[in-house]
Amino acid sequence: MWEVIKKNRFKSSMLLIMMSVVLVVLGFVIGSSVDVESGGFVGIIIATIVYLIMLLVTFSQGKSIMLRMSNAHEIGPDDYPQLYNIVEEMRIAAGLPVMPKVYVIEDDAPNAFAAGVNPKKSVVAVTTGLLRIMKRDELQGVVAHEMAHILNRDIRYMTLATVMVGTVAIVSQIFLRSMMFSGRGRGGGNSKGKGNAVIMIAAVIFAILAPIAIQLLYFAVSRKREYLADASAARLTRYPEGLASALEKIGSSTQDLKVADKSMAPMYIANPLKPKGQRLKNLSSTHPPLDQRIKILRAMGNAHSYTGYQQAYHAVTHSKKSIIPASALER
Amino acid sequence: MTAIIILAVVAVLVIIIIGMYNSLVKMRNQVKNAWSQIDVQLKRRYDLIPNLIETVKGYMKHERETLENVTRMRAQAMEASGVAEKSMAEGMLSSALGQFKIAVENYPDLKANQNFLALQEELTSSENKISFARQNYNDQVLFLNNKIEMFPSNIIAGMFSFSKEVFFEVEAPQERQAPKVSF
Repeated sequence: MWEVIKKNRFKSSMLLIMMSVVLVVLGFVIGSSVDVESGGFVGIIIATIVYLIMLLVTFSQGKSIMLRMSNAHEIGPDDYPQLYNIVEEMRIAAGLPVMPKVYVIEDDAPNAFAAGVNPKKSVVAVTTGLLRIMKRDELQGVVAHEMAHILNRDIRYMTLATVMVGTVAIVSQIFLRSMMFSGRGRGGGNSKGKGNAVIMIAAVIFAILAPIAIQLLYFAVSRKREYLADASAARLTRYPEGLASALEKIGSSTQDLKVADKSMAPMYIANPLKPKGQRLKNLSSTHPPLDQRIKILRAMGNAHSYTGYQQAYHAVTHSKKSIIPASALER
Repeated sequence: MTAIIILAVVAVLVIIIIGMYNSLVKMRNQVKNAWSQIDVQLKRRYDLIPNLIETVKGYMKHERETLENVTRMRAQAMEASGVAEKSMAEGMLSSALGQFKIAVENYPDLKANQNFLALQEELTSSENKISFARQNYNDQVLFLNNKIEMFPSNIIAGMFSFSKEVFFEVEAPQERQAPKVSF
């Protein structure tokens, strides 16, 4: 387990660095478009400050924001004994020293998510829709997947990354809107010169492209983490069929999560917002296709280890990519 | 110059030895901790059984033997100590409970009783918790035993007399699946 966590840390840091590059460049370009000489650096500083403030807000009350947005309430062992029991079972299997808080979200769409930036203060939340349709083994699979996100320290990095995506989106939005307004205000009369116009156009293009680029970076890593969480879930429960059949049920549900927000998508067990188009679906999804995840889990047979998952992944996708870090496979 | 080199080599060796020793200690503590987790869960099951028997007694009049067997095995398991002895006693308790679950099938009234359903969930969960705690314990034991046997940490383990721990094996592998079709 620890090898996986270490490897995760490295990969996530690389991703975060790449994402910060996008943010810094965006700040620079926008700043330059305002003032060619010194604006670039001011832009970088402003972008960084926006990021830090958003990060601060998220870390200080990220969990509660997410849970409030999701219309969730905390439960104890007496409210939903089975759910609470299952979370405790998975805590034991994962060897986690502290029991996560358990939340129930009033929503008919079956889904679940994990939150909290460190394993000692974590949250597992499931919807009432999920509780209604899942059998015990299936619910256990879902909870195991969420526990794996906590165990693999996915949440902390995904929070950092989500805030980065949000910052880029906000900065771009503000810039593009202010361009529209100031463009109208000026009425074409007092433009400051040709050089500015070129940078201005570059800035507009970049402000449109940056949010897309950063999203794609983000999605790629998010998908890999989903596979890893599935593998860990199979290892924790030693019963991959539970999660497989749960995913099947989630997939056949037609309901969108009412309370879902785009920025929260990677935290869920399955993408809460069903993509409309088919072609873009694979690139721009936080989660791998459900049918593929189910096939891999079913191909595992009785090998409930990481090696088993890796082999099943090869067999199903015909891809040589490694999902699990090699050092973890030996165990 | 040679003195410095020798000193450096010795320093590196000492650091390596300290590192190995510490990781052995850490693993041994993790095994102990994992064992106490199992213990907690086993105690929970002991506490649950009298409650369960009390609830079903009125319904299951023809199953006195099965119920008595459960009670007896519980008492035996509670007295057992040490990993090996505990493993065996717990195995017998589990199989007595297995027979009890099969017997329950013949009492539809019981399966409609809310109180019993709640207890049934507690029993299922309790057994899962035991088996997950055991899974975690066995993993930790495996890591420790590997470390003790493998070179070069085996030298350190020998020097400070670290001993291999015993696995906690109660059930046959297919028994993990058995409760899935229960009730």
